Parts: sequence; C-alpha cells; structure tokens
Amino acid sequence: MTPEVSHWLALGVLLVMAVVTLITRWGGVWLMSWVPIGARVRRFIGAMSSSVLVALLAPLAFKGDASVRLALLATLVTMALMKKPLPAIALGLVVAAAYRGLA
Amino acid sequence: MSPLRSERELSALNPSLMAAGFRQMLPIAAFVLVFGAAYGVAAQQKGVSAGWALAMSAFVFAGAAQFAVLDLWGPELSMLTLALTVLAINARHLLMGASLFPWLRHLPGWQRYGAMVLASDSNWAMTLQAMAKGSPGLGVLVGGGLALWVFWMLGTAMGLMFGGLIADPRVLGLDMVMACFLLAMATAGLTSWRTLCIWGVAGATALVVDAWLGHNLHVVAGAIAGGGLGLLWKEPGDDA
Repeated sequence: MTPEVSHWLALGVLLVMAVVTLITRWGGVWLMSWVPIGARVRRFIGAMSSSVLVALLAPLAFKGDASVRLALLATLVTMALMKKPLPAIALGLVVAAAYRGLA
Repeated sequence: MSPLRSERELSALNPSLMAAGFRQMLPIAAFVLVFGAAYGVAAQQKGVSAGWALAMSAFVFAGAAQFAVLDLWGPELSMLTLALTVLAINARHLLMGASLFPWLRHLPGWQRYGAMVLASDSNWAMTLQAMAKGSPGLGVLVGGGLALWVFWMLGTAMGLMFGGLIADPRVLGLDMVMACFLLAMATAGLTSWRTLCIWGVAGATALVVDAWLGHNLHVVAGAIAGGGLGLLWKEPGDDA
C-alpha cells in the first residue's frame, strides 16, 4: 500500500491525464487539417508509444524478485506463442502466485 | 464514381450505424470487462480510492496510460512527469486521428472531434477495416467506442469491489496485474527486429536513468530514446 494521496493531487492527476489524452485524440485530426503527418514523425510516435511501456517495465523486472521475473517471463512467452493478452496476463499471475506458494 | 464521392459516402455517421457498431464491438467489449476489472484491482492495491479510479476510467478511458500512472502514483508525483508519460503512451492516438482524417474531414467540426473522443485501439482498427472493405466505418468508431467505454467502466467497478475483498493480493499474484498487463500490451506490437532493437535502447536507457537520476525520469527518457531510434531507422517502404 502506497502512502495517502490528497484529493487535490488526485484531482490534478485526473485533469492532467484527461486533458493530455483528449489532446492526443484530437491532435492528429487537427494537425492533418493543416499539414500531413510525415513518415519521420510517424516513425517517432510509433516507436515511442511502445518504448514508454518497455521503459516503465525494465526497472520493475530488474529490481523485482524471482516471482516478479518469472511472472513477466510467463506473460512474455505466452504473448510470443499465442498473441493473446488475456491468457498471457492470467498465466503471469498464476506463475507469481504458484512460486510464492511453493517458495 | 469519383474517389472523393465514395470517401464522402463512407464518412456517413447516424444513430443506426452507431447502434450496429455498438453490437459489432460486444464480443471484444467482453474482454475489456476483464481488463477493466484488472485495473480496478490494481488501483485498489495502489490505494487509489474507488471514486478516483472510476473517474479515471470515465474521463481518461485509456487502459495502458491508466495502468502506467498507477506505477507513478504517490504523494510525490510530479505533474510534468505525469503529463509526459501519458503523452508518450497516448501519442499513438495522434496517428489514429491522422489515419481517419480522409473520412472525418467530410463531417462538421463538432462531429469530427466528437467522434474521436472515444477513439481507442480496437474501435479504431475496426473502423479502418470497415473503410478498407468499402463499408461506412465511423459507426463502429463511435458506437463501438461507447461499448468499450461502458464495459471498461463496469469492469473497473467490478475490480474495485472484488479487490476490496482480498486480504493479501500478493498470495494470488494480483500485484503483478499492472506489470503483466503493460507487458502484454507492449508485446502485442513486437513485429520486427527493428522494434526489438528500439525496445533494447528504451529499456537500457530506462535502467541507466533510473539507477542514476531517479524521480521517474526513466519512463520519459526511455520513451524519447526509443522514439529517437525509430525516427532514424527507416521501416521497409519508407521514403523519408
């Protein structure tokens, strides 16, 4: 459990998230009515969108204990084999739970 | 028939097309219910109160960003880091909007931007699919988006209720929901060696920045490093 976050901070987080996300939903259409989005910008955005998730996960995996690493590995392998997120996530949780139950 | 005319016809948007889009999305929306429940459980564990978690799902309506922000959640959270992280994760919406512009431009402004409010990965993909087959797709963007939103909200509420009943989430592995969700979302986009190299750079940058600079800068730094390599490294078939 993380320490308490005040309601004002939570409201700020909600507003920032909602506004930034709405800007991304509207921005592409708005930009295109002025200037077409080129291949370079498209490549930057495309690469960045998944890189941010990897950047978030890398330290979690690096600092995590064996149960965390095994869970992530199970999700990764299941995704590689089946390409289905739901079983991949479920197996990750099961592996973490099983390892902790046995260890 | 001129291409412009057919584009205009495909941009049709009315209540019956939206209702059809809503129904078409239901099988996928059922999965969204489960993801929403996972979010509710994860939010509960992070100590996000039920009201705020529901408000996030209602007004942000972007799974990966919502999960990622749970990782940053805490009294020390910096608004700049938050804004940049959400921007980096949701920047793909910019590309979705741009790809739908050929049809959206035929609509009046309020419809054009109104239709994009509920844009997310699966209803956007189904819209493009419909357009490619020559059937009007904006109904599934709006109606399908509404279906996703309803089930995302229901799922979040279920997860919050369920999460409150569990004494020790670690025993069930539920503390791994956030990380496994984000990993599954990321891995779905793994299509080439180019992507793998980009991720290598993003991950390595994140580890280095996390070890020496901290303050959650690793997320933004890794995103920019990966994006930069993507910019420099052309994909097959690119001219620029």
